[in-house]
Amino acid sequence: MLRFDAVGLHYATGATPGPDVLRDLSFHVPEGAFRWLLGPSGAGKTSLLRLMYLAARPTRGSLHVLGSDIVAAPRRALPGLRLRIGVVFQDFRLLGHLSAFDNVALPLRLAGRGEGQIHADVTEMLRWVGLAARSDAHPAELSGGEQQRVAIARAVIARPALLLADEPTGNLDEAQAERLLLLFRELNRLGTTVVVATHNEHLVARQPAPALRLDHGRLIEGGA
Amino acid sequence: MARRSPLRPAGFDELGLRRALADRMLPFLVAAMAFLAALALAGWVGAATLAQHWQRGAGASLTVQVPHPDDPALGAPGTRVDRVLGMLDATPGIAGARTLTAAELQALLRPWLGPGPDPLLRRLPAVVAVRLADPPPGAAALATLGTRLDQAAPGTMVETQGVWIDRLLALARSLQACAGAALLVVAAVAAAVVAVATRAGLSARREAIEIVHGLGATDGFIAARFAGRATVLAAAGGVAGAVAALPVLLALASLAAPFAAGGSGPSAEISAAGLGRSLPGALPVALWLLLPGLPLAAAAIGFTTAQVTVRRWLRRLP
Ligand SMILES: Nc1ncnc2c1ncn2[C@@H]1O[C@H](COP(=O)(O)OP(=O)(O)OP(=O)(O)O)[C@@H](O)[C@H]1O
Ligand SMILES: [Mg+2]
Repeated sequence: MLRFDAVGLHYATGATPGPDVLRDLSFHVPEGAFRWLLGPSGAGKTSLLRLMYLAARPTRGSLHVLGSDIVAAPRRALPGLRLRIGVVFQDFRLLGHLSAFDNVALPLRLAGRGEGQIHADVTEMLRWVGLAARSDAHPAELSGGEQQRVAIARAVIARPALLLADEPTGNLDEAQAERLLLLFRELNRLGTTVVVATHNEHLVARQPAPALRLDHGRLIEGGA
Repeated sequence: MARRSPLRPAGFDELGLRRALADRMLPFLVAAMAFLAALALAGWVGAATLAQHWQRGAGASLTVQVPHPDDPALGAPGTRVDRVLGMLDATPGIAGARTLTAAELQALLRPWLGPGPDPLLRRLPAVVAVRLADPPPGAAALATLGTRLDQAAPGTMVETQGVWIDRLLALARSLQACAGAALLVVAAVAAAVVAVATRAGLSARREAIEIVHGLGATDGFIAARFAGRATVLAAAGGVAGAVAALPVLLALASLAAPFAAGGSGPSAEISAAGLGRSLPGALPVALWLLLPGLPLAAAAIGFTTAQVTVRRWLRRLP
């Protein structure tokens, strides 16, 4: 499902390559697995997830996502893979000009689903995250936690094969965080591979699962 | 509810382009381009029409003046003018030759000689109007003809409009070339305007594009959103420009009508009185066919430019 071999990443700052933010990562996440992604702030968790959701390509090493060689794949092969990956971004990345409903519907529309099906699925999903009454609200009219729940709904609406969440409980209360993890566990039980980056050690303690632990761009736990 | 329709809602605007792609500036600029293009087209068609008329009308005739027409010809029976007419009829490339009657001459000269019979008329040279075949004989052949006529009836002068026609044709061709160049420049500027507007739209909606791209939208999908919008805006501008140019073209056409009507004489003047004519007849057919092409061309330029601009820009994303 996810295979990293000696992967390195640095961001380009202008023409010169910046310092390595990820170094020599080698690990394997099998299909249907659940992984915590842990590490102090600035360790490179978001950068690692960016590689997984194809927002960046490795600058070194080899990477396989959903069975495809990402280093060798042509650019036009990536959109099809992205459609099968659900992402909860640390900063939500909702579209401000669209309602909560249309934000959640976006992955289904990009996948070309029929509007009838979309309406049923999105309504159901918004009810599940407790936003049925706010489906016409725009992100700016929603609280941080409500926006996060819209972002979560958008990530899981298309039943992705791979679900990646970057600090998905940062704006949620304890009960909501609990419910969210139940959802992730349920999706995981149904076959979705799940990787959740978090600082929240309580959460991790309540849901024991193998972890990938980063420090200064290196993997110090969970490597292959 | 509209959302229950089985298809993607018509005009659903994932990228928020309705506000981002300048919906007043772009059509206005494209309209200005279309207006200029319409003028250039009119110039092109007008120059082509005039060239054709000159070539067919004036270019197809010449006049021959025979002094002392009624004197006997040298070394041949008949008068000098008969001899010249005979030679003209026998010359290949000449469709017909006829002597102007005294009345016609008098009508021609009335501005100088005044009305009424004038004794001067009798001493005037005869004027032979010659119609040339299509295609007309070349300049060299006409020069030879002049020499031969002058030998048969000394003093005879052939007046070709050939030199003038050649100059006018060269002028008309240059005008056509200029109009063509103007069209190309206008099209290039229109493409540049669409490209700039698209770039502005891209940077205004950069975040939305990155999000939609990250969710799995293809370059083709994103480019199609922009191209669709640019096509509509450019086509609207094209229509507005063409419509705005129409009164100007009609005015120009009515000014040009006397020249384009062909030759001179009463029939030309009647048709040149243009006012009573129907609208479709007021512009050359070619222009009626080309004008609706302006919005189409604008739409095509909008579509292609937006597609190319967006696809190029998207290459910076992974
Ligand atoms: N776009 C970027 N350009 C340059 N450097 C970046 C960029 N994004 C992240 N970095 C750097 O890469 C390193 C890792 O950042 P990253 O966001 O992956 O950390 P993180 O583990 O997600 O931290 P946090 O827990 O605070 O979200 C940091 O030093 C950061 O400054
Ligand atoms: Mg982070």
